[in-house]
Amino acid sequence: MARLELKNIAKRYGAVEVLSEVDLDIADGEFLVLVGPSGCGKSTLLRMIAGLEPISAGDFLIDGVRMNDVPPRNRDIAMVFQSYALYPHMDVARNMGFSMEIRGEVRAARAEKVAAAAKTLGLAALTERLPRALSGGQRQRVAMGRAIVRDPRAFLFDEPLSNLDAALRVEMRLEIARLHQRLGATMIYVTHDQVEAMTLADRIVVLNGGKVQQVGTPLDLYERPANRFVAQFIGSPTMNVVPVDADADGLVLGGGARLALTGAGAATTLGVRPEHIEVAAPGEGLIDGTADVVERLGSDTNLYVNAGDLGMLTVRRAGNLPVRPGERIGLHLRPENLHLFDEAGLALARPA
Amino acid sequence: MAAIRQTHPLLRAAKGAALFFYLAFALFPLYWLLKISVTPDRLIYSEGTALWPKTTTLDNFRSILFQSDFLSYFANSVTVSLGTAAATTLIAAGAGYAFSRFDFRGKRIVIALMLVTQMFPLLMIIAPIYKIVAAVGLLNSLTSLIITYTAFNVPFATFLMQSFFDGIPKDLEEAAMMDGCTRFQALRKVILPLTLPGLGATLGFVFTAAWSELLFALMLISKNDAMTFPVGLLTFVSKFSVDWGQMMAAGVLALIPSCLFFIFIQRYLVQGLTSGAVKG
Amino acid sequence: MTTTHAKATSGETRAWRSAYWRWLVEPYFYIGPAVLTIVLVMLVPLTIGISYSFQSISLLKPFATSWVGFENYAALWSDAKFWRALGNTLRWTLGSLVFQFSLGLGLALLLNTTFPMKRLYQALVFLPWAVPTFLSALTWAWLFNPVIGPLPHWMAALGLLSEPYNILGDPALAMWGPIAANVWFGVPFFAITLLAALQSIPAELYEAAEIDGASAWQRFTKITLPFLAPMIAITVMLRTIWIANFADLIFVMTGGGPAASTEILSTYVFNTAFRKLDFGYASAIAVALLLLLLAYAVVLLWARRRFVKL
Repeated sequence: MARLELKNIAKRYGAVEVLSEVDLDIADGEFLVLVGPSGCGKSTLLRMIAGLEPISAGDFLIDGVRMNDVPPRNRDIAMVFQSYALYPHMDVARNMGFSMEIRGEVRAARAEKVAAAAKTLGLAALTERLPRALSGGQRQRVAMGRAIVRDPRAFLFDEPLSNLDAALRVEMRLEIARLHQRLGATMIYVTHDQVEAMTLADRIVVLNGGKVQQVGTPLDLYERPANRFVAQFIGSPTMNVVPVDADADGLVLGGGARLALTGAGAATTLGVRPEHIEVAAPGEGLIDGTADVVERLGSDTNLYVNAGDLGMLTVRRAGNLPVRPGERIGLHLRPENLHLFDEAGLALARPA
Repeated sequence: MAAIRQTHPLLRAAKGAALFFYLAFALFPLYWLLKISVTPDRLIYSEGTALWPKTTTLDNFRSILFQSDFLSYFANSVTVSLGTAAATTLIAAGAGYAFSRFDFRGKRIVIALMLVTQMFPLLMIIAPIYKIVAAVGLLNSLTSLIITYTAFNVPFATFLMQSFFDGIPKDLEEAAMMDGCTRFQALRKVILPLTLPGLGATLGFVFTAAWSELLFALMLISKNDAMTFPVGLLTFVSKFSVDWGQMMAAGVLALIPSCLFFIFIQRYLVQGLTSGAVKG
Repeated sequence: MTTTHAKATSGETRAWRSAYWRWLVEPYFYIGPAVLTIVLVMLVPLTIGISYSFQSISLLKPFATSWVGFENYAALWSDAKFWRALGNTLRWTLGSLVFQFSLGLGLALLLNTTFPMKRLYQALVFLPWAVPTFLSALTWAWLFNPVIGPLPHWMAALGLLSEPYNILGDPALAMWGPIAANVWFGVPFFAITLLAALQSIPAELYEAAEIDGASAWQRFTKITLPFLAPMIAITVMLRTIWIANFADLIFVMTGGGPAASTEILSTYVFNTAFRKLDFGYASAIAVALLLLLLAYAVVLLWARRRFVKL
């Protein structure tokens, strides 16, 4: 097991900088998730850790040893690919034992480790099959088995669940969480799915435009997003953001409603999560609006509310709300649930 | 899909006629070659243009095989074609892999160079090559033919191999490299086994091309014992231009290796070979 | 595991150099042999060949080699045989191409439909492509021979010929012999490439057009042809160049005769180099042919960019 350090890492293709100033210290046994929209550089960062892409600048260390120029085969890191990358001409057992075969380990030792891994992953009956005779979920397990057999210093996952259907995705997510608990290995996991990020991670790294936006525990990111990007990226449905004018007494919302808050001087936008907006009778809330669309999910109700000058607001309430489309409702905001952002989109200290 | 719509009997008849026309056009010359080769000599003039002779014989094949130099021509051609196919495929596999997997300085220049070689008339270099080959003392050697044919075929074979490599996900060798392989090991243990059909198609393609080359062989080879099949057959034709049966028997023999390879590669033609061509 | 790490750490400069080697030098290790072969066996001789065209090099006069500037080209300009060969090249290329293309397109359209035993049929109609060119040439030469070939008799029966004689010996008709062989040999190539292009047209497009009420002919002209156009442009261009350079068939069937009626530029190059052994002049003809083909390719590429939208 290992501690991974990334010091001021950058990646350039010619003059184009796709990643810059990445500083991360990944503790031994930590589960770190890299999230961000497509093209943010998260996969590139993972591939640089793997050794599949050269590092343009900065240092990458494993247990204090600089790894920048060590080829992937000598880094002792395993990777699970989005496409699984199973060798199509080898059966499951040989796929899983391939790394040991390359290292020249004897057949008996290989067979023993492969059998153990296959058993824990529920693949024991399939070891003689070729990958093309497996279902998507089984392929996914083989890909994980191939990594487990290695007993590596760190595991890398590159969007491993994105080719599975929804039900399998949940199942495999649990499997990965269990795997981490059992092995206690350092794992780095790339995804664009924030549910995976929130459920699996010890810490999440949010990337955008090649820069780290925020690093923190899932709840940190949810409760104290560092900027508007993180605020809107984490959480579903997306956080509502509305323009505000701040003066000494508090905030003036687009529709003229006032919120008494101190220390909101530099705020230009206000963010509030859909689940933090309360519904009241018309005229009794801070804002009035019309429920345009009502989505009933059973456990929750999502309202898309036209709030006049404030624009559209998304509201999420638990249970089945007796609101009909086109009905006027009042909305109520609690100061402790509000997020304020300045002109540059950076979060301001939480209003008291 | 068209089969469902073509219910009109006239259309269907037209389609059948077209199918028959193409088949007859493609096969008739080959049929004729075979027919004359099994026609006994004494019947050639009386039945030369009949669709099938009254009696048939294998005498022509017998005399071609055992009373002429054709076995030696055949052996020379097999040596040259196999040598060329092996050398070309090896070189082209490397180059195709580089094109498919690497972005390197000078890549565009190399591609441009290869395209240039496909543009100019090969006849342009026939005289310089003759002089160079003569200067290094390789005239009348099969080696000189293998080297020149290899160079001629490398560009196309490279593009062919590239399209096959492009069809294999990059993830596979990256996974192999994570699993402890060097890039070359990954290529050998993971990528090449998956490219076997492509390697086979390229081998067959180059073999056929080398088997049929005439002009350079004509120029570089003048000794009887180093002649390839085309040169030998042409010499035979100009020497014994009345022995129709034997000439055609030799022609049938020349057809065998190409047809064998063709049967092997033809199912890759439309899928693999041209999917690359369409992309490019 | 531990040993590899120890190795990786010892001497950072060496590790750095190995990584540098990996990312920068490795591709050349794979591409090198190909480049080396092509440069040595094709590009160096090409340069030498071009330089020959400015020299007087004749194996019959081995000591009279000298630089003559554009003398070979000047001779070319006033060489009636050259102009005649150029005209023959046009006839040969155009005649072959028109039939190869139209028959090839027809075959591709047929093969894009379904019918019984299609795989076998496809293998059989593509067979001529695998026949060695010298053998195609000989076979067709024999087919045109009235002693053993049926073609003269058939043509006489159809009234195309007054009596069954060998058209390869008739200066007015001889060119059709090699063209017939070339068409036979070249149809599969067009059929293969066009068939691949046809198969890459998404079936949904035809279904959408049918729902929109397009007739079969409209579907062909509004969907099939526009989709095939880029492929047609590129194959026609490559094929023109290839056919213009293709000397084997004519060389074997007629040798350029009778009375130079089938002498095209590329057989003229070969005959000049290896019958007259005049390498200098042969190279000048070859360079002229190359320049003509380059000009043609440039015009066609320009037209393609201009008129083909896909």
